[in-house]
Amino acid sequence: METAPKPSLWLRLANPAAFNALANVLLWPLIVGTIAAFGYGLYGAFMTSPADYQQGETVRIMYIHVPAAWLSLFVYAGMAVSALGTLVFRHPMADVAQKAAAPVGAGFTLICLLTGSFWGKPMWGTWWEWDARLTSVLILFLIYLGIIALWRAIDEPQRGARAVAIMTLVGAVNLPIIKFSVDWWYTLHQPASVFRMGGPTIDRAMLTPLFVMGLAYLLLYLVLLIVRMKTELMVRRIERLQIVAADKQARQGGSR
Amino acid sequence: MIDLGPHADYIVASYAAAGLVLGLLIGASVLANLAAARRLAALEAREASKPAAAKQ
Repeated sequence: METAPKPSLWLRLANPAAFNALANVLLWPLIVGTIAAFGYGLYGAFMTSPADYQQGETVRIMYIHVPAAWLSLFVYAGMAVSALGTLVFRHPMADVAQKAAAPVGAGFTLICLLTGSFWGKPMWGTWWEWDARLTSVLILFLIYLGIIALWRAIDEPQRGARAVAIMTLVGAVNLPIIKFSVDWWYTLHQPASVFRMGGPTIDRAMLTPLFVMGLAYLLLYLVLLIVRMKTELMVRRIERLQIVAADKQARQGGSR
Repeated sequence: MIDLGPHADYIVASYAAAGLVLGLLIGASVLANLAAARRLAALEAREASKPAAAKQ
């Protein structure tokens, strides 16, 4: 007797009910993990990490600035993958994920810009400098805002999803520019010191809390992504129900 | 309390700014989720009660 092959997780997640079931299983462990990682990371950032020999205590800003920069790029890269999911594979959850992720990515980018500014004033003597790294991150923030605005401007979700997906893929060209801006141009911003050929140049006493804070930001992103995707699915169901109700009402009015 | 040195204000301000942005993100996400859940529950309850009302 032949049995139908079990659909892959990718296909099963196309069903909102299956996504919600998986999300409900994952949500609380992720919330607990986020709180634990933030607790351990902040303890390390303030208690176990030594002051830097050049920056002094100001190095503690690094523990919230650098992970925010990592996540601002990571979230956008994820959105670019979702954009491909929308345009190429037409996966029904791809645009839901993309719409849910954009404000979170914008938030991480804003944290990166603000904390970088608070670090720059005492270390460089300026709040802002139009150098390649800072300017390209500001452009990333503006792209995030543009994507959020585009979602709000188009009422019909499928048309909006395609327009946003194209804009997201075009904006993805900014990611390598941000990453390599410190190598390609002469910038005030220091070159890569963690993800670089030859390994990190940061001492382990600082690297450990930095990675833990990176994990905390990542877990928080996953929590927010799941919550916002669940919200978006509910909003779409509300819109469908309202359309059906309005249609029913119109037909009843027409038959009188 | 840990001594944050001469640039303590900048360190505190940067953590406060990050906390504020993350707090707003978390708050907005949770409130939007609760509001959508309430609206959906109300709509589904209304839809469920319609056939019963029609029978009367």
